Amino acid sequence: MRRYLAHRLLLLVPVLAGVSVIIFMVLHLSPGDPAEIMLGSQATREDLARLRADLGLNEPLHVQYLRWIGHVARGDLGRSLWMKRPVLGEVLTRLQATLLLTATALVLSSAVGVALGVAAATRPNSVLDRLSAVASLFGASMPSFWLGIVLMVVFALWLGWLPASGMYAPHGGGDLRDLLSHLILPAVTLAAASVTIVARLTRSAMLETLGQDYVRTARAKGVAERRVVLRHGLSNALVPIVTVIGVQAGYLLGGAVLTETVFAWPGVGTLMVQGILARDFPLVQGCVLVVALSFVLVNLAVDLLYAWLDPRIRYE
Amino acid sequence: MSDAGVGAAPATALRAADAARRRRAFGRLATRNRLAVLAALVLAAAVLAALLAPWLPLADPDVVDTPNRLRPPLAAGHALGTDEFGRDLLARLVWGARVSLSAGVASAAAAMLVGVTLGVLGGFYTGWIETVVMRLTDILMAFPYVLLAIAIVAGLGPGLRNAMVAIAIVGFPIYTRLVRGVVLSLREREFVEAARALGASDAVILGRHVLPHLLSPVIVAFSLDVGAKILATAGLSFLGLGTQPPTADWGSMLATGRTFVILSPHVVLLPGLAIFVIVLALNLVGDAVRDVLDPRAATR
Repeated sequence: MRRYLAHRLLLLVPVLAGVSVIIFMVLHLSPGDPAEIMLGSQATREDLARLRADLGLNEPLHVQYLRWIGHVARGDLGRSLWMKRPVLGEVLTRLQATLLLTATALVLSSAVGVALGVAAATRPNSVLDRLSAVASLFGASMPSFWLGIVLMVVFALWLGWLPASGMYAPHGGGDLRDLLSHLILPAVTLAAASVTIVARLTRSAMLETLGQDYVRTARAKGVAERRVVLRHGLSNALVPIVTVIGVQAGYLLGGAVLTETVFAWPGVGTLMVQGILARDFPLVQGCVLVVALSFVLVNLAVDLLYAWLDPRIRYE
Repeated sequence: MSDAGVGAAPATALRAADAARRRRAFGRLATRNRLAVLAALVLAAAVLAALLAPWLPLADPDVVDTPNRLRPPLAAGHALGTDEFGRDLLARLVWGARVSLSAGVASAAAAMLVGVTLGVLGGFYTGWIETVVMRLTDILMAFPYVLLAIAIVAGLGPGLRNAMVAIAIVGFPIYTRLVRGVVLSLREREFVEAARALGASDAVILGRHVLPHLLSPVIVAFSLDVGAKILATAGLSFLGLGTQPPTADWGSMLATGRTFVILSPHVVLLPGLAIFVIVLALNLVGDAVRDVLDPRAATR
């Protein structure tokens, strides 16, 4: 396992280098002068010159990149032009909110998705199975930001059961109960599409394992049906299920940007969109870098999890 | 040199039989899968309305009429009501369909073209081309999909064209992976070896022996991808990074209507419903296309 871990960590190096090059290049995609784009047409020549000197925009591209990556390696993501504060601190504060939202949505989609998938696989062609097929089609077709608005209108504005937006109530809130009540709608919105994907995949993986000879043997031995399904079926279907949950973690992390905007959730996504509209490139770069890094680490964790679940993978 | 001449007649007959078989399969599916037929009709109607928008008896989608703002559906002269500026919602939905549908198709097509080209190159040529293509797709896939699209739009600047470019860039690695896998397996097949032994050039092998085999997996992927691309462009427009006002597009209509959702839910519900129905129809048709072109997947 240790060798496998070392191998996987080594593989991260080129991916991270590539990711950093792409994030760096994003600033230089625009056809004009980045300093002018960031400061707008009102900027004086002195302001432009100062910003260019600050960001090192007069240097050749590869020098700029090496300087930037050097700073990043030391934990310095630059200063936000708009908030006049170091980017790293701001992004990390917001990252906690994003990770809370993403993790809640992931737990929700895994738990509900696996339960639905197992139930559908044990009763193929039942009403539940058909409903889950229809739900998966709907889940893949519904814009998440629209679903969020609809849920907000129904549960926050019409029924008044849950708060409409933000992370804490502006007055008198701040405790766990307040946080959870604010978390429900965004987490359900974010998880909706994933639930259906996890459920469909769990169903097909379970149908395959439940058709195996050892399952028939277990039944013939008189093992209780519950144990057959969970112990012989589900535990052997886990590798593909973990794979799809891992992929979902990435989708949720990216999809959080839209959900956060709908519910004014104070995460990296809303920060990044504000940064783009304020043309604050250091802030945008910082947000993308931190989220992409989290994504890469989640994928690594999923890969390690497979190797633990299925020892054959380690020895390949 | 003459690999096309030898056995050309049986090949044509085979192809005709194949086409007939597919037509019959399609007919069978059409009767069995009424939902897909309905979806195709909905799609056809939407495309037709979008194409004919300038000639349809619709109000001007951009004319502001503040005294008549936020009228509910079925109001006099406005079948679907009006938005926050008193603009006719039906007209904006139909004109918005032009933008949303063409943006989805165009970005999916661009992603497909780039992805298939790189996939063919990466699968057919070993060595540095393969390494460069595969590392590039690995790195692009190391980002969450939406995040990278947003980052690219941040660099290029907000706007529909840039949003489409971003979505195409983010979308091509899926096609590259798919196509490379197929090409890798085709490269080892006897008919490719035979063509090479007969002295066929790479261009002939690719054009005549490899590309035809890519057609059905790529069509299946494309037909399922257009809906995803419509959702993605609508998402970017919703964030204010795609279509810019006053142009109507379903995502931006949703974004601007959001402020008025308490008073007039229809300004948000209708554009969202339009996206949902069209993407659902595309997914249903895409599933049916897959059932025809890839019968093994249908039974899974």
